[in-house]
Amino acid sequence: MTIVKYGSIVLITLVILAGLGIPLSPAPQSWLEFPVIPGLEDKARNIFFHVPTAWTTVLAFIVSMVFGFRYLRTRNLEYDLKSVTSAGLGLLFCLLATVTGAVWAKFNWGSFWNWDPRQTSIFILLLIYGAYFALRSAIEVSEKRASLSAVYAIVAGLTVPFFIFIMPRMMSGLHPGAQGDSSGSGPLFESGMMAGNMRVLFYTSLLGFNLLYVWLMDLRLRVARIDSQIMDQGTEG
Amino acid sequence: MNVLARTSAVLVKDLLSEIRTRYALNALLMFIITAVAIILFALRGDTPGTVVLAGMFWVVVFFTGMSGLSRIFVSEEERGTALTLQLLAPPGVVYFGKLAFNVLLTLVLVAGVTAVYLVAFPGFIIQTPSIFFVTLLLGSLGLASAATIIAAIVAKAGSRGTLYPVLSFPVVVVLLMTVMNATVKSLDGEEFSAAIVDFVVLISYVMVMTAGSFLLFEFVWKD
Amino acid sequence: MILTAENISKTFNRRTVFREIGFTVAAGQSIAVTGRNGAGKSTLLKILAGLLTPTRGSVRYDVDGSVCGPEEIRASLGFVSPYLQLYDEFSALENLRLLSRMRSATVAADDRCREMLTRFGLWERRDDQVRTYSSGMKQRLKYVVALLDDPQVLLLDEPSANLDADGIAAVSHVYESSQRRILVVATNDRSEAERCELKVHLGTGAS
Repeated sequence: MTIVKYGSIVLITLVILAGLGIPLSPAPQSWLEFPVIPGLEDKARNIFFHVPTAWTTVLAFIVSMVFGFRYLRTRNLEYDLKSVTSAGLGLLFCLLATVTGAVWAKFNWGSFWNWDPRQTSIFILLLIYGAYFALRSAIEVSEKRASLSAVYAIVAGLTVPFFIFIMPRMMSGLHPGAQGDSSGSGPLFESGMMAGNMRVLFYTSLLGFNLLYVWLMDLRLRVARIDSQIMDQGTEG
Repeated sequence: MNVLARTSAVLVKDLLSEIRTRYALNALLMFIITAVAIILFALRGDTPGTVVLAGMFWVVVFFTGMSGLSRIFVSEEERGTALTLQLLAPPGVVYFGKLAFNVLLTLVLVAGVTAVYLVAFPGFIIQTPSIFFVTLLLGSLGLASAATIIAAIVAKAGSRGTLYPVLSFPVVVVLLMTVMNATVKSLDGEEFSAAIVDFVVLISYVMVMTAGSFLLFEFVWKD
Repeated sequence: MILTAENISKTFNRRTVFREIGFTVAAGQSIAVTGRNGAGKSTLLKILAGLLTPTRGSVRYDVDGSVCGPEEIRASLGFVSPYLQLYDEFSALENLRLLSRMRSATVAADDRCREMLTRFGLWERRDDQVRTYSSGMKQRLKYVVALLDDPQVLLLDEPSANLDADGIAAVSHVYESSQRRILVVATNDRSEAERCELKVHLGTGAS
């Protein structure tokens, strides 16, 4: 876990320094210059922060669903703890992705919020997280809380593929990859739009955020376990 | 079929109970009339376009449904009959019996909203009835399937009214966007083929939601 | 039929209700579950009926050496409990018919309904809605529902709650006519517990 901890700190620090510090130039001559992506210019740097946070949001949701499912199979409250911890981190990263996205949208598309399909999706994901925690806080008995919230997470998760695969194709949008986008699937998936050095930094950032998630998950699980031990001692004493 | 007969017995029980008490039906009808009256007051004689009409149509359906569709599970929990039902019938039988009841209730509800809209809004003219009726049918199936599993969760959570729309909205939002889309097409008089994409989305939504709910229902139903 | 409970434990909210309860009851035997309020008598009966899943341990019903599935258990179980209410917008007769259709897809035979309702003194009021019944009459109706299909396993939680002398006599008759059944009775009444051959005492609940 120490490797994960220092790894995430080092990688994200590196990405922040390099991502903000390296100049953009139209015709990069060396490794230390990013090429300019038409239409994004300097704002392209946000890709190192916005996309990894959005990715981590989805990862946290999937992890939460998987542990919810395992709770339902085994009725072991340890899995519920992992499920809710991951959901809490998912909510945090979801907020970060929404904010970084809204800021990017303001400077690229003109306003903070445009109801672009992906903005709609992250808004719904925020609502799902909100509803999930509202449901949990309404239930007293921990076993019931665990099973009902696990079922809700899975039912809500069933609709997520519709947002990812179907809605962006049905509605016109502003994100790359939307219906009728002439630039194809966006810088991440089209070769030639991101230079090699930018791509390396992007994947470094993705790895850094994933490690950050794993580290935070471990940290919060340890805190939660200590909390429950203290509670157990409280009821015995 | 034994299972089918028992499922229909659950449905018949709920239908008889509804006929005798009229808990859900009266509330639904009053809700539709109240909601449409508020929209009419807000519009002050303005004639809204098809996009707004289609949107408001499903807004009324959603919130009316939220006031009535949780009843079937909440009433079992409130009266202490949930365990009796659990003792007598397997979860799948209970789930499909309740789902069938909610589908019927939702169909009555959308029929009611359609009737009120036709009278209240002169601009609400169904130009392509085929799109409109298929949308109503698939939309009711989808709304009922999502509302039934969420109703089961809410009933077991012990928090009655307030949580239901909060939990339901994120789950049905895909459905609502699609049915609104298709309803606009029916009001604008587009060809039936123009709405086939929407119908494919609706059918897959109904199938995913019903299959998922059926598999998960046991974990909600059994304490 | 043999009922086997192996090392059943149940925890709610990290609190252990009871732990490692185990017993075996064969057809024709009866077992009394005793213990103070909150010791988990009702919880244990719900677990035996399959309405709750034990945190640890297992409940098994065997017939001639083969384990019964959930549907077989459901078909051979009668359960009277304060947690099992009947539909009070229906009459006694409607309740019997609707419930038996949900249970086995067959409408209860009229003769059988009449016999059971008469035995528990409810035949005169068969067409009145259950909401008009007194709590003792509701308890009697629960017996009628539980005994309608002549179950092989009968679970009784507080068997004489709310009953008058006539009702208690009818319940005594149930005990006597349960020679071939598995009978499980959760009670605090000493004389009721005395009637059973076997006993399980649940501890204080705090552990």
